[in-house]
Amino acid sequence: MITLKGIPAAPGVAMGPACLYRSELRVLRRAITAEQIPGEITRFDEALNRTRRQILDIQKRLAEGLGQDHADIFNAHLLVLDDHALREELEAGLQKQLVNVEAVFDDIIQRYLKVFRKTQDEYLRDRTADIEDVRKRILRNLLGKQTDELGRGNEPVVIVAHDLSPSETAQMHKRHVLAFVTDIGGRTSHTAIMAKSLAIPAVVGVEGATNRIHEGDSVIIDGTHGEVIVSPEAPSIERYQLEHRRHEELDRQLLHLKDLPAETLDHHQVLLAANIELPEEVSSVIAHGARGIGLFRTEFLYLNRPDLPTEEEQFQAYKTVAERVKPHAVVIRTMDLGGDKFLSPMQLPSEMNPFMGWRAIRFSLARPEIFRIQLRAILRASVHGNLKLMYPMISGLEELERANEILEEVRRELTQAGQPVTESLEIGVMIEVPSAALLCDLLAPAVKFFSIGTNDLIQYALAVDRVNEKIAYLYQPTHPAVLRLLKQIVDVGHAGKVKVGMCGEMAGEPMMTLLLLGLGLDSFSASPVQVPLVKRVIRSIEHSFAESVAQQALTLRTGKEVEAFLLAKLKQVAPDLVEQG
Amino acid sequence: MPMAQRTVSVVHSEGLHARPAAVFVEAARRFASRVTVKKGRTIVDGKSIMGLLTLAARKGSRLSVTTNGPDATAALERLIGLLTRPLPDADKSSTRSLR
Repeated sequence: MITLKGIPAAPGVAMGPACLYRSELRVLRRAITAEQIPGEITRFDEALNRTRRQILDIQKRLAEGLGQDHADIFNAHLLVLDDHALREELEAGLQKQLVNVEAVFDDIIQRYLKVFRKTQDEYLRDRTADIEDVRKRILRNLLGKQTDELGRGNEPVVIVAHDLSPSETAQMHKRHVLAFVTDIGGRTSHTAIMAKSLAIPAVVGVEGATNRIHEGDSVIIDGTHGEVIVSPEAPSIERYQLEHRRHEELDRQLLHLKDLPAETLDHHQVLLAANIELPEEVSSVIAHGARGIGLFRTEFLYLNRPDLPTEEEQFQAYKTVAERVKPHAVVIRTMDLGGDKFLSPMQLPSEMNPFMGWRAIRFSLARPEIFRIQLRAILRASVHGNLKLMYPMISGLEELERANEILEEVRRELTQAGQPVTESLEIGVMIEVPSAALLCDLLAPAVKFFSIGTNDLIQYALAVDRVNEKIAYLYQPTHPAVLRLLKQIVDVGHAGKVKVGMCGEMAGEPMMTLLLLGLGLDSFSASPVQVPLVKRVIRSIEHSFAESVAQQALTLRTGKEVEAFLLAKLKQVAPDLVEQG
Repeated sequence: MPMAQRTVSVVHSEGLHARPAAVFVEAARRFASRVTVKKGRTIVDGKSIMGLLTLAARKGSRLSVTTNGPDATAALERLIGLLTRPLPDADKSSTRSLR
């Protein structure tokens, strides 16, 4: 039995046989005779022809959907297919080595890739992806059908991989995949986000997992604590089984709530929506019974890539989500870059105090050429569903007015160009900077809704850097000052005829649900898996009960007192949720 | 057989990456002449995209193009033009993924 430590990426426990997943194509080498060479060349030519047809097909679809210049990118791919230098090397290689054509081909391509990777020029180095792409396509066609699909066997498995792309993760099906473990990645990597949203337990950043875990090994994954136990012994297995039964029982109960409204026993209804980062998460939003998306973070479009996303690419992402979620609303937040999320192509200077630095709306207003592209994409997508727009990190009226001016300019441009745009796109702001919280009366006339971003509001209000572990104990969501701010935002917002919602982590925390409901919050947006938990609490009580909880909480003197009080109240109405924490 | 040669600097802001290289190779293949491109001590076939990419020519790199064949002069003129004039929408291509 060995225990491996990693980063907890998606909560829950699972046990099953390991299945090692390699997105790399495996090229086997086998000897051939000189007589077989012509046959190998024919096989290669057939694979090239299939590849050419596939690329031409992609080009055609791209040209129709996105315009000719996107499609032109594939010209380079086509040229590789009939590169005669490559062809000569291939024929010479076959003669000399007398092995199968895929092995010879891969050797040659790998040699080129090695040269490309050695170059000092970062841009050119990144472009090896194009050659890599053609290589994979040709090899797939040469090797025939690939067992590429994840966990489609009979027995459900634990996927162990070096890393998984969002699309690979999205292919995973809960019926076949129990959990997953990756060598690399962090809490906010795409794989972690996807796993959480699919409610599949996951541990990422487990160094050497793919070397230390072998195909078929029995493993226990604890996604809550970031532990992987390989070949577990009896006590660990018993502990796992106990934990697993508890999770299952809770899941069963929560599943019943899926299609029921988020309303109290006396029919006070609130909007319970979900937060997403990737378009692929929409399935999870629907599966967990959320009514639309209260926060669509758009940073994923900008991160982990060498260039900026085009208008068309963004448009497609927003449109896809809008169409799948309608008639429910999707609140798109404009880019919230900076802080702990950096833009790779921009080479932004590092800051002493990034959370208070050049980020979010400040960055957008300073770089309007980048901001406008996003606004154009959102406005164009707005006719395909029920979209709303939200600005992050507004600290005063000027920023809001300037952002709205740019939005209006962009809208005029689009209308003049004959592009259809929704007339009534609702605009809202994140209330996450204390100055905005204090100015709600001034901001209200310019917007339709407020969305309280608690993660930042708490760190700014309490002056606690939320990534500094030494002062983590000071980060108290239940701090009396935070409660007072929340009350003021809701009250002043309502007085100004503005809907007040919350999309921070607090909105998905069952312990906070009673308080927030009692303060009068109109909408909650939480990560999809939290949605049933919050709904469960809302459906267990009368609205007046929540109001009295909020009133009492506001009279308490410390964050600890508030926390103990809220926990006790939650235990009264939903004891099983308290044990879970 | 006529032969022509000239040495120029690459103007494309991102260097001779996949797209300008593709344009170059497509043009070279339209001529009967043999085309070679030399950077430093490396000489590659100008009709092979793999070869051209191996040069990793950045903006400002000195490339010497040699054409050898019946249409050597016309080929050289056309190909030098491609290296020394920006692509029609070269600016846009720098903010776009090639994948």
